[in-house]
Amino acid sequence: MRGAQVSRTLAGAAPWLAVLLALAILPRLLPDWLGFLLTVAFAKALVVLGVAVLLRSNLVSFGHGLYFAAGAYTVGFAAKWLHLREAVLLIFGAVVVSGALAALLGLFLARYRGIFFGMLTLAFSMILYSLLLRLYWLTGGTDGMVTAPPTILGVVPGAAAGRAHYYLTLVCLALALALTRRWLGSPLGYLASAIRDNEIRVEYMGASVRQGIYRTYLLSGVLGGLGGCLVAFSVGHIAPEFSYWTQSGDFVFVTVLGGYASVFAPVMGSVVFELVRNYAYALSPYTWQMSLGAILLLIVLFLPRGLWSLLAPRAPVSSPWTSSSRR
Amino acid sequence: MDVVLEAVGLAKSFGAVKAADDLSVRISSGQIVGIVGPNGSGKTTFLNLVTGYLSPARGQIYYLGKEITGLHPRQVTRLGVARSFQVPQLYTSLTVLENMLVALVIRSGRQGDCWRALRTRARLAEARRLLEKFGFGDESGQVVRTLPEGGRKLLDVALSFALGPRLLLLDEPTSGVSAAEKFRVMDTLIGVIRESGVTSVFVEHDMDVVQRYAERVLVFSEGRIIADDPPGALFADPIVRRYILGEE
Ligand SMILES: Nc1ncnc2c1ncn2[C@@H]1O[C@H](COP(=O)(O)OP(=O)(O)OP(=O)(O)O)[C@@H](O)[C@H]1O
Ligand SMILES: [Mg+2]
Repeated sequence: MRGAQVSRTLAGAAPWLAVLLALAILPRLLPDWLGFLLTVAFAKALVVLGVAVLLRSNLVSFGHGLYFAAGAYTVGFAAKWLHLREAVLLIFGAVVVSGALAALLGLFLARYRGIFFGMLTLAFSMILYSLLLRLYWLTGGTDGMVTAPPTILGVVPGAAAGRAHYYLTLVCLALALALTRRWLGSPLGYLASAIRDNEIRVEYMGASVRQGIYRTYLLSGVLGGLGGCLVAFSVGHIAPEFSYWTQSGDFVFVTVLGGYASVFAPVMGSVVFELVRNYAYALSPYTWQMSLGAILLLIVLFLPRGLWSLLAPRAPVSSPWTSSSRR
Repeated sequence: MDVVLEAVGLAKSFGAVKAADDLSVRISSGQIVGIVGPNGSGKTTFLNLVTGYLSPARGQIYYLGKEITGLHPRQVTRLGVARSFQVPQLYTSLTVLENMLVALVIRSGRQGDCWRALRTRARLAEARRLLEKFGFGDESGQVVRTLPEGGRKLLDVALSFALGPRLLLLDEPTSGVSAAEKFRVMDTLIGVIRESGVTSVFVEHDMDVVQRYAERVLVFSEGRIIADDPPGALFADPIVRRYILGEE
């Protein structure tokens, strides 16, 4: 019985291991700039995943730049004040800081829905933005901060830093995807769907809607912080714009672009977004936003469930994030 | 016998409408009580007051001797009072089975668990067993949104039953169910209720249904209880007959 279960689990994991393997050899085949683009796309995909997780409860965060910036500035501050350069510790720090922020703001935000929730998240992110801008002595103001490449488990990556960051990001992304997938198949994951469908019934079953939303928000914030931290590693420069509303808007944009029918959809959305932006910018530096806008329009019209629906056109409607269809 | 529910002098108005007007009632353990009354007579309001969705302007509510007036629906539910809804309140994008699993996990208090799977073997077995009791078979995998009205009503009741209540309040469990199916649905419901011995109150418009399944009938009119009798005695009462016939 157990053996059969193990082998079934292995069979289920095989395609993902194959994908992971392919992604692992990819940087050897790609030019450096493309490897860098993928690294950034993967890191930002974590923030997008955070937005998507909230969207499953019908909550649109227009302020996820807040966690993105919090994760990134954790790296900056830790390097500047604590002389910390170890990636694992910095990642841990970013997770703790963004988690603590989400725990605090969540107390307040979990009371709100719809446009109020969206506007409040936006407001908080803009508060952080202006703090990052104003506290020049601490944050470097508009100049932002330069973050030296971290050591990874004590190893200084040196010339191979680009590739090292790619792998580090890939590992973090894979872990976060696995954890999030597990979360979504858990009672709490289903509670989020239940809350989206019918809050009254949730309360009338004896569960707290606010608590469900609070915990979901916590996960979402931590994912955002992790993404910001990884971007700081690979880009090496952080700025207040990380918390600016256009950045948050990009994350929402990419969530819609990729869809949220699977935890992998945000990754797809993020990669496509970075590629399109890159090429659109190269083609027409002044109107690239217009190209992006046109693409979003087409997606909303023809692929309302995002790019991911191209890969999984008949995903079960019920609980598409989990493996529920496998019975 | 133990008194499961006691309401004392409940009052609630919406503007000029008195939806509950000095309403008092006692319901003993194991009873199956039917509530009848014309549209707008305060039947749903009574359930809303008992479960804490509305708070009364005056009066008290006791559950198992403990005052529950003013508690939140979640707290009332946790104490062991479950209800179903006139308009089914379901998780429409989840499947029938998933709806049941969510009910079961909340009943066990583990809805905050983000690590273990919702679909454990034991929980799946329990969900299937309960759904089967209520006549769900192949529909278990169906997304609730696509379920016919009758199925949704039944699932709504099944979910409240799954919470393992001491007191079950059903708001028109057969509305939206076709006339032909009504008795089959009620046979199923009352069968499950009798088997479990849970104290139950159901609101119902169809007098034949009430006569057949209730042990005691409360007649509501303008927020008051104007009659409280076993169905036999009640339907022999000429005033009630005229009143009820007049309503139909
Ligand atoms: N939330 C509310 N706001 C305003 N008026 C309300 C509200 N709830 C109930 N009412 C009014 O109170 C009165 C009693 O309503 P209630 O829903 O309890 O009636 P009911 O007996 O359940 O009727 P039905 O058979 O139509 O379900 C009605 O006149 C209704 O319009
Ligand atoms: Mg009613």
